[in-house]
Amino acid sequence: MSSAARFAALVLGAALFAPFAAFADTSISAAGSTALLPLVKAAAGAYQSTHPGISISVTGGGSGVGIAQVGAKAVDMGDSDIVSSNPELIDHKVAVIGFAVITNPSAGVTNLTKKQLQDVYTGKVTNWKDVGGKDSKIVVINRPSSSGTRAVFQKTIMGSLTLTETGGTQGETGTVVTAVRTTPGATTYAAFSGTRAKDGIVEVSIEGVAPTDENVQSGKYPIWSYEHIYTNGPASTEVSRFIAFIHSSSGMLKQLGYIPVGDMKVSENDR
Amino acid sequence: MLAARANKAHRDEGIALFFLKVASAVFVVTIALLLGYLAIQGTKLFTVDHKSVFEFLFSGSFDPANGKVGAAAFILGSLFVTAFAIVVGGPFGVAVGVFFAELAPKRVAAALKPAIEVLVGIPSVVYGWLGLTLLVPLIRNVTGSSGFGLLAGGIVLSLMILPTVVSLSEDALKVVPGALREGSFALGATRWETISKVLLPAAASGLAVAVILGIARAIGETLALQLVIGNAPIIPTSLLGPAAALTSEIVMDMGGATQGSLLQHALFSMAFLLLLIAMGLIVIIKFAIRRSS
Repeated sequence: MSSAARFAALVLGAALFAPFAAFADTSISAAGSTALLPLVKAAAGAYQSTHPGISISVTGGGSGVGIAQVGAKAVDMGDSDIVSSNPELIDHKVAVIGFAVITNPSAGVTNLTKKQLQDVYTGKVTNWKDVGGKDSKIVVINRPSSSGTRAVFQKTIMGSLTLTETGGTQGETGTVVTAVRTTPGATTYAAFSGTRAKDGIVEVSIEGVAPTDENVQSGKYPIWSYEHIYTNGPASTEVSRFIAFIHSSSGMLKQLGYIPVGDMKVSENDR
Repeated sequence: MLAARANKAHRDEGIALFFLKVASAVFVVTIALLLGYLAIQGTKLFTVDHKSVFEFLFSGSFDPANGKVGAAAFILGSLFVTAFAIVVGGPFGVAVGVFFAELAPKRVAAALKPAIEVLVGIPSVVYGWLGLTLLVPLIRNVTGSSGFGLLAGGIVLSLMILPTVVSLSEDALKVVPGALREGSFALGATRWETISKVLLPAAASGLAVAVILGIARAIGETLALQLVIGNAPIIPTSLLGPAAALTSEIVMDMGGATQGSLLQHALFSMAFLLLLIAMGLIVIIKFAIRRSS
């Protein structure tokens, strides 16, 4: 063989073997809720630095994606804001999260009654001045139908009323918050983890109750749910250890805007 | 000696032809399986869920969780942004192609041709990102709407198909025989008369191919459209409100669609419809090419 051919063979051989290096680590994967995403990502970062040999990949996509993917065994952990009806999935509640209704500052509202919220989100009211705000057209931005955040909002505020679709949809917590920040008159529902300490948006109180962790813990604030990590069947050793790590990291939880399950003074079975 | 060499040559030919046949067979079988799978999944909405084709094509009410699978909103959205892209990008692209082929100084044309071809290769996510960060706020500031919608989608798609239409139009004009040009000039025609009355008709099928490929790219565009169209599953009533298209809806909801659900079947039917539209366009291209020869 010529030297060029030998060199090519060497490079090709090395390239073929390179992927096998990745298999030296145990790798686990999580996907789903973008409300839970900041916590799982931060926990993965902290866990990997103290446990070399484990690599954790975390993606979003929404609660529906998480449940679908873990049901299909495409990922090890399916993150979801809502309860799944799939009997093969085992639920691990790792935190509680509140969801805020946020508006663009041009709306000029800081408090809404539940009835006003329903009127805004069904499209019955089309201008913020009709609910005590400024003269600004209301733009309701939704999440997709598979979103856990949307399901929680639908259940706790809308009930059987239909959300108006005229303002469009954005796929994840981050994009929907950005859309509200940049669009005058826009409003949406998003987890505290995506809205807390973000400038350019206004978190709205509901019936005079502010969207704070204390109000969620006492049950006064209505929009909240458990954060579920689903596994298909019992979790493997590595996955259980990681889930236990998340559950016990109350400092990290609180800092990112979540509430430890143990701090809740109320509990519900279908959240 | 000669017999041995002849035998070796025959054997080598046999092996080579065998591999070529195997490769072709694998290719054809793969494509056939893909089309068959899409056809089966795409019709499950009608065969398994017993929804009517009429509802799918003409109802604007899309709510699979409650049994409604009307895809008219998405079909109209796709058709509209594609039509917009063609009406705006088509003539513009052909005009630029004509300029480069007939009117630009040779050096300018030679320098710009590779640049246009590079533009053809820009990934669609780049167009979408620029649309989201530059175009949507611009529309919002000018019109006071949210900025998302058919107008934003149409403009992004027009930009995306421009390089393709320009490049192919230029090529179509270049292959028109020089004799036609020279004959026309010899008869005393001006450059514009030559272009409009002789060259464009002569290159008509090539130009048709350019435009149709532009349509095909526009109707299949997914990510760039999804970033700027607003994704509202309602029948569009104006250029300025959020709307949706077949491609953007599929990518929006496919992740959360569980196996065997009504939503998943509806999305498959939308994908199958897109395939049929694309295949229809290819058939039209073949007719256009056949007409030219």
